[in-house]
Amino acid sequence: MNLNERNYKTDFPAFDAYPGLAYLDNSATTQKPGAVIDAVRQFYREENANPLRGLYGLAVKATEAYESARIAVRDFIGAKSEREIIFTRNATESLNLAAYSYGRAFVNEGDEILVTVSEHHSNLLPWQLLAKEKHARLCFLECTPDGEYTPEMLKAALTPRTRIFAAAQISNVFGRLNPIKEFAELCHANGTVIVCDGAQSVPHIPVNVREIDVDFLAFSGHKMLAPMGIGVLYGRESLLEKMPPFLSGGEMIEYVTRENATYAELPHKFEAGTVNAGGAVGLHAAIDYIGKIGFREIESRENTLTRQLIEGMRDIPHVHIIGSDKPEEHHGIVTFTIDDVHPHDIAAVMDSDGIAVRAGHHCAQPLHKHLGVMSTARASIAFYNDSGDIEKFLGCLKTIRRRMGFGE
Amino acid sequence: MANETFYSEVLTDHNMHPVHKHEMSVCTCSREGINPSCGDDIVLNLNIENGVIKDGSFTGSGCAISQASADIMLDLVIGRTVDEAERLHELFMKMIRGECSEEEIDELEEAGALRDISHMPARVKCAVLGWRTMSEMISR
Ligand SMILES: Cc1ncc(COP(=O)(O)O)c(C=O)c1O
Repeated sequence: MNLNERNYKTDFPAFDAYPGLAYLDNSATTQKPGAVIDAVRQFYREENANPLRGLYGLAVKATEAYESARIAVRDFIGAKSEREIIFTRNATESLNLAAYSYGRAFVNEGDEILVTVSEHHSNLLPWQLLAKEKHARLCFLECTPDGEYTPEMLKAALTPRTRIFAAAQISNVFGRLNPIKEFAELCHANGTVIVCDGAQSVPHIPVNVREIDVDFLAFSGHKMLAPMGIGVLYGRESLLEKMPPFLSGGEMIEYVTRENATYAELPHKFEAGTVNAGGAVGLHAAIDYIGKIGFREIESRENTLTRQLIEGMRDIPHVHIIGSDKPEEHHGIVTFTIDDVHPHDIAAVMDSDGIAVRAGHHCAQPLHKHLGVMSTARASIAFYNDSGDIEKFLGCLKTIRRRMGFGE
Repeated sequence: MANETFYSEVLTDHNMHPVHKHEMSVCTCSREGINPSCGDDIVLNLNIENGVIKDGSFTGSGCAISQASADIMLDLVIGRTVDEAERLHELFMKMIRGECSEEEIDELEEAGALRDISHMPARVKCAVLGWRTMSEMISR
C-alpha cells in the first residue's frame, strides 16, 4: 500500500480512547476530529447566546458564528447564495422538508413521484406518505443487479406526470455513484424536480450543486466529521421562494397577528425555533478540516483502501460482494454476505476482534427484497482508515465461517 | 467481549445441526415469532397434551443466536409441564438480566451458554425470540 505517510487517526480523539479499533462503519457516522470537538466547545464557552434574536454583543457573536457556518456550506457545495442553505437536524429532516413543503404544495392527485428502489428509507418514506396523502402514484426506478442506474433507464421511466424524482447520489448499500448531472438534465427537460440525497456523497467526493444542477440536495453533518444533530438542505432559490414553511413558530416570522403571519426571508423561513448553532459551528470546522486535507487526498486514500478491501475479499471463499466488482465503483462502501452466516453474527464476531461494521438492512428494505437477500453486512471506509484496518478486517473475515462452526 | 468470541461450540452446534428444526405433523398449536429489525422469523410448533409439552419443533430462519436458542429451549421444555416451561422462561429472562445465581443457571443447562448476551444488548431479542414465542403460546 502506498498510502501517504500521514496518520490521520492522530487527529481523532476517539482513536486515543480506542487505539486498536478498526472503525469501518463510516457510512453510519464518522468519528470527529479534535478540531471539530474544540470548535463546538469554544462556541459554548465563548460565543453562546441565542442567535438571530439578541441585540447585545454576545448574541451578535453567536449569530455571526452561525451565519458564517452557512457561508462555509454555501461555498463547500458551490451554491449561488446562502439563502439557499437551510440548516436542519440531518438528511432525514432535509428530505422531509422537501417532501412536506415542496411536495405538499406542488404534487396533485394523479401525479407521479419517482424514486429509485435503492433509496434509504429517509428518501423513500416521505415520498410514500406524500403520495398517499395526495393520491399521487409512487413509482420505482429499478436497478441492475450491480446497482446501476443509467440515464436511459431514467428516460424510460419519466412521464409527463412525473413531478419529482428522488435519488441518492451515492447509494449507502452499493456505494455506486449515480449520474446525477445527466439525471437532472433529463428531469428538467421533463419539467420534473430532482431531489438528491447527498448523505453518502458530500462527505467523500466534491459536490457542486451548480454543476450537477439538482433542485434539492440533502446531507447530514455527522457523516462528514461534524456533530450529530446538524444537517443541510440546499434548495434552488426560485423553488424555496414559492414554498410554504415546513415548521412554524419562533424565528421564522416577520409579523404575526392573531389570525395571520408573514414569514421571514430565506433561509430563516425554514428554520423555526432556536437553531443548533453549536452544531453549525462544528460543521463549519469539519468543512475547514476537509478543505485542509482536500478531496484529492480523501478520494485517493479511500480508493486505495477500497481496492485493498475488495481485492482481499475476492479471494475469500463464500464471501459475496453486493454490487459492482470494480473497487472504483464503491466509494468506500462494501456491502457483503457470507454463505450460511447471518450478518448480525458477522458483526458480532468482528466486534469481538475490535472491528466495527454494520449489519442489517441498512434502512433499505425494498432494495434487499429486490436483491433477494434478507440482510447484509457492510464495511465503509473513511480517509482516516489505514491499510492495517483493512488487513484486520480481512483477517477476521477469513475466520468467520470456521468460528461459526462451518468449514472454511 | 474483548478478544474472545461469544459463539461457543454449544451455540454453533445447535445453529448448524438443530435437532428440533423440522415441520411437525401433529401439533396442538403453532405461532410465528418475528424480530422485524433483524429479520429473525421462526414458527414454533408445540404438541401439548394434558398440560404437558409432548413434542415441539421450529422452522424459519434467523441469526445463529435466535436459531440455537430456540433449539436449546425445545431440548429443555419437551416433556415438561406447561407450568415448568413457563418457570424456565422466567428463569431465562432473569439470567439475561444478569440476576441468576449459578445454581439457577445450571438449571437452564445448555441455555446457560447465552448468559453473556446482556453484553450485546442488540442481540437480546434474538436470544429470547423462541422463549417469548413459547410463553405467548402457553399463556393463552
Ligand atoms: C443514503 C442515505 N440517506 C439518508 C440517510 C439518513 O441520514 P440521517 O440519519 O443522518 O438523517 C443515510 C444514513 O443513514 C443514508 O445513508
